[in-house]
Amino acid sequence: MQALYAQLLVGLINGSFYALLSLGLAVIFGMLNIINFAHGALYMMGAFVAYFLLNLGGINYWWALLLAPIIVGIFGMILERTMLQWLTGLDHLYGLLLTFGIALIVQGVFQNYFGSSGLPYAIPDQLRGGMNLGFMFLPIYRGWVVVFSLVVCLATWFLIEKTQLGAYLRAATENPTLVRAFGINVPRMITLTYGLGVGLAALAGVLSAPINQVRPLMGADLIIVVFAVVVIGGMGSIMGSIITGFALGVIEGLTKYFYPEASNTVVFVLMVLVLLVKPTGLTGRAA
Amino acid sequence: MPDTAIAEAPAKTASGGNILQVRNLEAWYGESHILHGINFDVNAGEVVTLLGRNGAGKTTTLKSIMGIIGKRTGSVKFNNQEIIRATSDKIARMGIAFCPEERGIFASLDVRENLMLPPVVREGGLPLDQIFDLFPNLKERLNSQGTKLSGGEQQMLAIARILRTGASFLMLDEPTEGLAPVIIQQIGHTIARLKKEGFTILLVEQNFRFASTVADRYYVVEHGKIIDGFSNSELAANMDKLHTYLGV
Repeated sequence: MQALYAQLLVGLINGSFYALLSLGLAVIFGMLNIINFAHGALYMMGAFVAYFLLNLGGINYWWALLLAPIIVGIFGMILERTMLQWLTGLDHLYGLLLTFGIALIVQGVFQNYFGSSGLPYAIPDQLRGGMNLGFMFLPIYRGWVVVFSLVVCLATWFLIEKTQLGAYLRAATENPTLVRAFGINVPRMITLTYGLGVGLAALAGVLSAPINQVRPLMGADLIIVVFAVVVIGGMGSIMGSIITGFALGVIEGLTKYFYPEASNTVVFVLMVLVLLVKPTGLTGRAA
Repeated sequence: MPDTAIAEAPAKTASGGNILQVRNLEAWYGESHILHGINFDVNAGEVVTLLGRNGAGKTTTLKSIMGIIGKRTGSVKFNNQEIIRATSDKIARMGIAFCPEERGIFASLDVRENLMLPPVVREGGLPLDQIFDLFPNLKERLNSQGTKLSGGEQQMLAIARILRTGASFLMLDEPTEGLAPVIIQQIGHTIARLKKEGFTILLVEQNFRFASTVADRYYVVEHGKIIDGFSNSELAANMDKLHTYLGV
């Protein structure tokens, strides 16, 4: 039974990363209409920035949680201003190809300097150790990742669904020309939205660093599963991305316990089933 | 519709002064040349109506003034400031508000969010209680999804949300299209009240009967040009000509 709970926890941890990453993808897709294949590379950059901050600047994990998303978010905004903005109005394929190219370049540069092996990033002192819950042993850092990710996801949902800024974002997703004609600087809002989505990926990278080590290909391994999560949840749906991210992490964890051979494919099997039954995703709307 | 007076008038230019001056305005949709040199003026406090058949270039004229047409040339001066090269967000912040033909109600926003969406660009916008005096239906449906409203309510919402912004110059594109006569009458009363309170309105209409109840002056648009213009007092003398222009 302990093994089942342990796999459930692993599932929730993976679900946290899926949720944060797919949420960023959903935000970016909703506003920019771009399938951001660079998301995995930007997640990896978040982890590397945390590593650099600690080893070169002596800046600890807690500051890295704040600074890495900002630094990588600014990098993302530069990408948007210099490259992605020119794709407005073009077919999705162009954005997909461009961001895929950006991902390859970024990963290639990091691989060139750091190889493929992982760099260690220590768990902060305050989050070391674990708690005996009676039915299982809970490593504190892992519990923190799940709770913190959930809080960030819900805060992002609140920002988009319940605030005036979120109303601008949702309206601009529907009709950017009219929103701009109301006096809102939509191009600037698009840049900031891309920065937000990228910042969420970088935040996931920082959270992941103490668990998975810091590796140039850490994002490439994860991003394919995250895209499957986004397809299942419904492209562009905020709450759909959060719920599906956590749910699929748990399903994956349970599969590892009950039928380990299928644990790497269960998400893709579900994706196929969802595409057959509801091509717009579980919470997505038809275009 | 209640006839509560609007307490605060919007920011105005000098009464009767020229507020909008359009000269040699040309516009293109891709390769299609739509406007071929539009010239007209709007004075502060007036309701000016652009009349014309379908496809004549009336809506394109409004969109060109608002800066939401990709390619446009010529000169558009608002309060003596050239805006032909300005982006639409800057034009809106100068005090021009646009209510599009398709109403532009956002499906992902409820009525309250739709109403509060356009930012206040200057002082003098109508407070919410006065907007609800003008459009009481909206108050009752604040939490409904914007696109679940009836056509008439959507049109009211589209007009209401730009009254909040403090813009003094309103461009309304076919506000009566597809609406029942009783709603058209309500919209007419609203426009008359807004005019009385000092708003300047540029109206695009195919419904000539409606336009004649609110307009001070008319311009006739055909093939992307202004081919005629007259004031409301000259209307009777121009009826035959107008019927020919509009094909009615």
